[in-house]
Amino acid sequence: MTRRVLLVGLAALIVAAAPLMPVAAQEKSIFIPLLVYRTGPYAPSGIPIANGFVDYFTLLNERDGGINGVKVAWEECETQYDTKQGVECYERLKGRGPTGAVLVNPYSTGITYQLIPKAPIDKVVIFSMGYGMSAASDGRWFPWVFNFPTNYWSQASAVIRYIGQQEGGLDKLKGKKIAHIFHNSPYGKEANPTLETLAKQHGFELTLLAVDHPGQEQKSTWLQIRRLRPDWIFMSGWGVMNQVAIKEAAAVNYPMDRFIGNWWSASDADVIPAGDAAKGYKGATFHAPGTNFKVFEEIVKHVYDKGKGAGKKEAMGEALYNRGVVNAMFSAEAIRTAMAKFGNKPLTGEQVRWGFEHLNLTEKRLEELGMKGFTHPVKISCEDHEGSGPVLIQQWDGKKWNLVSDFIAPIREVVRPKIEEAAVQEGKKLGYTMRDCSKEM
Amino acid sequence: MIYREAGQFKTTYAADQAIFPIAQDRVLAALAVAAAFVVPPVLADEYWLQAVLIPLMVYALAAVGLNLLTGYAGQLSLGTGGFMAVGAYSAFKLATAFPQLNILVVFVLAGLVAAGVGLLFGIPSLRIKGFYLAVATLAAQFFLIWLFNKVGWFVNYAPSGTITAPPRTVLGVMVTGPEATAAARYVVALGFVALFAWMAKNLVRGRIGRAWMAIRDRDIAAEIIGVRPLRAKLLAFAISSFYCGIAGAELVFLYLGSAETLAFDINVSFLVLFMIIIGGLGSILGSFLGAAFIVLTPIFLTNVPHAVGVELPVALQKQIELMIFGGLIIFFLIVEPHGLARLWQITKEKLRLWPFPH
Repeated sequence: MTRRVLLVGLAALIVAAAPLMPVAAQEKSIFIPLLVYRTGPYAPSGIPIANGFVDYFTLLNERDGGINGVKVAWEECETQYDTKQGVECYERLKGRGPTGAVLVNPYSTGITYQLIPKAPIDKVVIFSMGYGMSAASDGRWFPWVFNFPTNYWSQASAVIRYIGQQEGGLDKLKGKKIAHIFHNSPYGKEANPTLETLAKQHGFELTLLAVDHPGQEQKSTWLQIRRLRPDWIFMSGWGVMNQVAIKEAAAVNYPMDRFIGNWWSASDADVIPAGDAAKGYKGATFHAPGTNFKVFEEIVKHVYDKGKGAGKKEAMGEALYNRGVVNAMFSAEAIRTAMAKFGNKPLTGEQVRWGFEHLNLTEKRLEELGMKGFTHPVKISCEDHEGSGPVLIQQWDGKKWNLVSDFIAPIREVVRPKIEEAAVQEGKKLGYTMRDCSKEM
Repeated sequence: MIYREAGQFKTTYAADQAIFPIAQDRVLAALAVAAAFVVPPVLADEYWLQAVLIPLMVYALAAVGLNLLTGYAGQLSLGTGGFMAVGAYSAFKLATAFPQLNILVVFVLAGLVAAGVGLLFGIPSLRIKGFYLAVATLAAQFFLIWLFNKVGWFVNYAPSGTITAPPRTVLGVMVTGPEATAAARYVVALGFVALFAWMAKNLVRGRIGRAWMAIRDRDIAAEIIGVRPLRAKLLAFAISSFYCGIAGAELVFLYLGSAETLAFDINVSFLVLFMIIIGGLGSILGSFLGAAFIVLTPIFLTNVPHAVGVELPVALQKQIELMIFGGLIIFFLIVEPHGLARLWQITKEKLRLWPFPH
């Protein structure tokens, strides 16, 4: 009896879940593995990203029949933001589809570091959009890795430029105190060398404060903040660390509008738990928040109204949902660029890599995509896999994120030499040699 | 009927004391080891080697190490992840500082460094036991991870704080680094685990192992019959950490390729502890069975829905997977609290009588 009930229950569950099923890999499709984390401690960040991705790909399939008529197929794999599970997922999915996986979005700096050495061997493009190894922005050393529209180092420099603007010029930074609170992991440490260089150049006093994984305990950090009273705080946090930091900042009465998170520390899930205390908190981003763009109308019309949405309609416009959309759009446009050369058919990883390297996303194209003003145009080249894209600052008003700045250019003359230097170091570690971009087509 | 030792007479002490006194066992073990060396590198695809077999070998070695300490010497330790990290970071330092040094030598040296650190953190075991010792070793876990995170020297001042396995060859074959084939890395991992499991098996049958077991069963009695607790306990910590250190070095060099401290966090310590509890405390075979259970079951469960053609949303699938996995752990512990190794032993005893139980 009970067994039957169980079986029926399970069957019902499967039937109920059927509409949520991803498009199965088919003939004549281009396969993209999605490493997602819908469970575990980082799920609040992982779910909106994954939904944004899936919704945009569903939109392409429903509205245009795929990219230039070639359907996009994908399969999700749960990583729980865990490096080992992520690698397992990658190994499992890299052979699916008619031409194998063409690109992968690891959505974890840890997993990105794992996959970078595998990419040239498996011929799979790694698109770590705004995360992963900053040094990989030098395409001469890392042909298979792309981290446009901008990387952690550019972001840190743009945030310093923004702080300078607020203070009345970069020269006014002299003697100011800026603290960087970071997740004590490769990801969190990324911005440190750039900040140190800038501190020397502009004469501000930089304090580096590490918070250990997972970041639920930050009392000692905020005690230091209280003693130090920095003029500005920049944070590179992730997951539960962000909301704890915002609550702690409120507890020590730190002025919220001088507290800036990086783009992984400025999502809706980070500020909502802190309630009113989070009002005024700022964050960096490289795309607009909200649903005030044509592309979202299209998603509602072609995806949600047909009952094919991955999440809730109301969750559209959240910072991380939009990030998923922008990430999917970049991927799709790179594939489209490759198709212009190699034809409208399922492409190989090598062909898609060519597409990424020759991506030129203009203002006009963004408008065609219904994303005018949603993000900045990007042009990628053999040398530059980052595009050195500008950064926006958004502010939380207690209900939603609003943009409070124009696009702020990173301090490229500081960042780019450091990237080239680091690329040599990281590239040599892997036994790479620099390729000659003048010989590439 | 097949599994019966009737007619196998032992005429020497050496024959009586062999690891596998029964001829069938001997043949089976030899075949299993030979098959492990030959079959996967030839037949298995990269997914099997990379995602299943290599971690299995690495964790089995760590589990053997912890089993020596916890299962044989009775010292509960939660510092496994920390000791593995010591092995990994010292292997990285050694490999980058002395590029001409053979990578296999690097692994052994890294194990020795870990043994030294383990010795140091074993000192509290002379005064405290049981859960209190577990807490003291927990301190080792947190301290070591903090240290590697904090001091840039350990990662050669890489801004990201990650260590990356440099490419190295053994006998002209690339075994570490991105160019190394999964098969080559698997064979190295298997070679280490086979060698060290064989050594562990001999260790626990000899004077040292018996001293450990005496300490485990009743330390005062052991002291009275002449076992020196200081030496026995510290030796257990050192040897156990040596194993864990090599496993940690393998984790980075043969399995992950590059890692940060998060790869060695407290979860790893728990995972290895669960492996030996489920596999069987005080059993070398149990370490392998436990590692196989913990590594293979989740991967098996993840692949089942796709294999049978049921497509579930990933989150739901993951939750079901975790529930089944947890359920299986409880099931096995209820069926046999002494672990999978004990189940195997019972099976063997039954097999001796089969098919005529009376």
